[in-house]
Amino acid sequence: MLAIRSELARDSGSSERVRLARELRDVSKQWSSALAPMDRVRLARNPARPQTLDYVGLLIRDFIEIHGDRRFADDPAIVAGLGYFGTRPVAIVGHQRGHSTSERLRRNFGKPHPEGYRKAARLYLLAHRFGLPLITFVDTQGAEPGVGAEERGQAEAIAANLELMARLETPVITCIIGEGGSGGALALAVANVVLIQENACYSVITPEGCAAILFRSAGPEKVDDVARVLRLSAADLKALGVVDEIVTEPAGGAHMDPQAAARELGAVLRRSLARMDRMTPQALRRSREAKFAAMGSPYLLDDCLENRRLPG
Amino acid sequence: MAPDEKSLHDNDKSGRDSVTADPQTREDAGESSADIWVKCPACKEVAFRKEVERNLNVCTRCGFHFRLSVEQRLAVTADRGSWRELLADVAIGDPLGFIDSRPYPMRLAEARRSTGRNDAVVVGLARIVGRRVALGVMDFDFMGGSMGTVVGEKLARLFAKALHEGLPVVVFSASGGARMQEGALSLMQMAKVAAAIGRLRDARLPYISVLCDPTTGGVAASFATLGDLNLAEPGALVGFAGRRVIEQTTNRQLPDDFQRAEFLLNHGMIDAIVERRAMRSTLAQLLAMLTAGGRAPGRRGRSAKAR
Ligand SMILES: [Zn+2]
Repeated sequence: MLAIRSELARDSGSSERVRLARELRDVSKQWSSALAPMDRVRLARNPARPQTLDYVGLLIRDFIEIHGDRRFADDPAIVAGLGYFGTRPVAIVGHQRGHSTSERLRRNFGKPHPEGYRKAARLYLLAHRFGLPLITFVDTQGAEPGVGAEERGQAEAIAANLELMARLETPVITCIIGEGGSGGALALAVANVVLIQENACYSVITPEGCAAILFRSAGPEKVDDVARVLRLSAADLKALGVVDEIVTEPAGGAHMDPQAAARELGAVLRRSLARMDRMTPQALRRSREAKFAAMGSPYLLDDCLENRRLPG
Repeated sequence: MAPDEKSLHDNDKSGRDSVTADPQTREDAGESSADIWVKCPACKEVAFRKEVERNLNVCTRCGFHFRLSVEQRLAVTADRGSWRELLADVAIGDPLGFIDSRPYPMRLAEARRSTGRNDAVVVGLARIVGRRVALGVMDFDFMGGSMGTVVGEKLARLFAKALHEGLPVVVFSASGGARMQEGALSLMQMAKVAAAIGRLRDARLPYISVLCDPTTGGVAASFATLGDLNLAEPGALVGFAGRRVIEQTTNRQLPDDFQRAEFLLNHGMIDAIVERRAMRSTLAQLLAMLTAGGRAPGRRGRSAKAR
């Protein structure tokens, strides 16, 4: 794959370029579909992958960051702000894990405290009040498990966001760009449209956490097994109805070419927003509620339904 | 979410002790000594089981609240003969094809056999001191009370039913969190129920959440903390992350009362701790006061749609 890429970088004739690009795409597809689920999780966690602020930099003009929950603190694990997406002002909320070690430490590796969720809630309300579309980026292993987080109501902070997001009378689009980990991710993801990048994942629990509970001693092979049965890949989540659309990534993953990844994501965001243009505020809320009300329903058993299951 | 189940599995036995042993075992065991006596895990007092049961499964010496089974909870909460269960037949298959040491369908079958229920919550209509309510009770004995698609669906439909009939809602939670075996579908149930609560709230119908021992993870982070009022039983463990996970990540020993109801009260996270013997009357009084303002719609009230 790298060989093709370097050939591409050299100046070859345009028809040659097209052929090489197609080849790269194919090889990358094969590579991507051959990834074991746990490799996929590692790819989703790769610190070189573009993060919320990278996409904001590439897609949003005149971004102004909004800080703090007006209660306790500003949580750097979640960034929030206002800016223009194309010609439209939008509200942005996303987890930020950080790239460098020092940034990662400062941002608590993207694991929010309650004040992060309460800052997010302020942006949700702004978006609702002023009719701004809300775009969220999900990229967290989960909410911070810690003493302070518990003392300040981590559970309540997440719960409140779930209800609040569900009731917003404005378009809400979520893109899962890295690891979507449990309630800490969902508190940013009750959206009309949930997008997921090809190599991102979304799960009720990390494979490591799940293996630790199910098998006590969680060796790497158990973690691999659990990652497989959790069905956390983009394709599985699409089949389950948990996400609406898979956003393709450049060959080898979004970090190989952040600009191309942003272009792709931007195009899908624009298309998704346009589709909601003619919906009334009430219809936006209703359809979001209906979407989540139906989650998992196809798998409920009653007299007339057979036992459905994902293939594979 | 589910990290919390870890700690639950660990103290599974101690917290529940033997008072809530399932009825079948109790019958089969005949008159063994464990049947006649019960030891309080808090003060170690050994007392007549009958006496403790008469005391609503609260230790007569120190006031320790034993966990209740669903049947026991309904018996001490709803007016006699008023309970009408709804949606008892809703059940799940195996959407993910999940298998760990045993396949999910096998775990489900065992839980169904031992509890006599399809999943980890019962919902229905009841009266509490004469007042009609929509009532949900979680079953911790069913796979740690974990929330999968059935729990989410039944509760969401309970809230919808309450909205339609103009009834207040009371839910007793007891859960380790989201059910890993249904993967992301379990996670989505948190949003499903939260959205249904949003509708009830708009209609100004009261919802009282009662946090019982234990309520953690994805259940704590959704409907259990979304009540107009959030009450807790004394000593109930309530939190987002599991105690063990926090101890491991912070490398620090946590105080005994960490994540207990009293700890939450001190940090301003719950509205009141209510002892079991006062629960029924407290619920009835609160519901009476909340509905006296005349803002709630009547039965099938049109105004349910209005803000
Ligand atoms: Zn005692």
